Amino acid sequence: MKYLEEFRNPQFAKALATKIAENAAGLREIKLMEVCGSHTMAIARYGIRRLLPQNIKLISGPGCPVCVTANGYLDKANAISRLPDVIIATFGDMMRVPGSTSSLEKERSKGSDIRIVYSTMDAITLAVNNPDKQVVFLGVGFETTAPTIAASVLRAKELDLQNYTVYCANKTMPNPMEAIASGDKVDLQGFICPAHVSTIIGARPYEFLAEKYGKSCVIAGFEPLDVLEAVKMLIEQIRIGKPIVQIQYSRVTTVEGNPTALKIMDKTFEVCDTEWRGLGNIPGSGLKLRKEFEEYDADIKFDVIVEPTQEEAGCICGDVMQGISSPTDCPLFGTVCTPEDPVGACMVSSEGSCAASYKYEQF
Amino acid sequence: MCLAVPMKVISCKNGMGIAEMAGVKKEISFMMLPEAEIGDYVIVHAGFAIQKLNEEEAQKTLALFREMAGLEDDN
Repeated sequence: MKYLEEFRNPQFAKALATKIAENAAGLREIKLMEVCGSHTMAIARYGIRRLLPQNIKLISGPGCPVCVTANGYLDKANAISRLPDVIIATFGDMMRVPGSTSSLEKERSKGSDIRIVYSTMDAITLAVNNPDKQVVFLGVGFETTAPTIAASVLRAKELDLQNYTVYCANKTMPNPMEAIASGDKVDLQGFICPAHVSTIIGARPYEFLAEKYGKSCVIAGFEPLDVLEAVKMLIEQIRIGKPIVQIQYSRVTTVEGNPTALKIMDKTFEVCDTEWRGLGNIPGSGLKLRKEFEEYDADIKFDVIVEPTQEEAGCICGDVMQGISSPTDCPLFGTVCTPEDPVGACMVSSEGSCAASYKYEQF
Repeated sequence: MCLAVPMKVISCKNGMGIAEMAGVKKEISFMMLPEAEIGDYVIVHAGFAIQKLNEEEAQKTLALFREMAGLEDDN
């Protein structure tokens, strides 16, 4: 697989690890947060923590969109799925995420019509092929996915589809990073910034994290050598004492991002406040459809009675997602909460910190 | 959820086309990357090309790794 395997070369990883150890020698403990769930997965899968010196700690952040989706959203999605003549179209990661009392998987076993799609365009095809059904796409994801959801709404308008809506819970990335950087719960020196969110938004939206909060930022790819090089670059920044935003993933990400994707997003969405599981409401961190597209908004179209929200007692997913606790600090981890029978979202999502830790770092 | 992979563009017409990786072909949308051309490597996320892969930058990064590992640059 061209441009993937080259970035997994063990010999280069060793050279990078040696360089990191040299640069980190004599420094006090440095905490770096990888924000994105795909980074969390790469770090666990390739054993990157074991390649780093003891004074460099990698902690996971709130960048798994499935993990941060609030219970109330899942409860309403489940309620919509129970309506007659509704097809729910969703990315596969959402199926097993527990809401207050149910999940999409459980609803499907009870008879709801829930389909897993690879692309929002597949959801459009579903709507075209099922004119007597209402197709509701579950719009979960950050800026990487949001333009693909915006594109589906524009396509639905173009085709004049009356039976396609999106139930939006899209979120934007820099906002929770500010919530973490401005708080005093985690003493962070730097961020490993997401790869493909940054491919869309570019490097500028992170600049305030360096300027206002003194956090070093490096945008990194998802392969193990990308993560190691990003750690090396962050430590060099920390040594010099001048936090800036750098791009390690230069083969894909540019300072400007993707202007066409940003335009599609801006045409379709406006900023709103939204709730993050574990972090609570973060002002200006969500995306909702603009007024002129409200006929495609499932939240407006479907008036359903939603069960009262309940949070799982004892689950510390919220602290794990803010980097305050690690998965193994949770009394449920690996006992009553496992990937086969998950309690919290960090365990159910394949990119959640608890799932990554359970799968790769347990022994 | 934000995973995206490099695929080679095989065909591209009216905003849709086929891209290939390791023998697997997929229909993708070029709505966000109208400038993509046949033969380009593009980054594909959930059925959409989201950016071109800059092959020169990729080689630069790999050359830097080779140098760090004390290997001759064979490019």
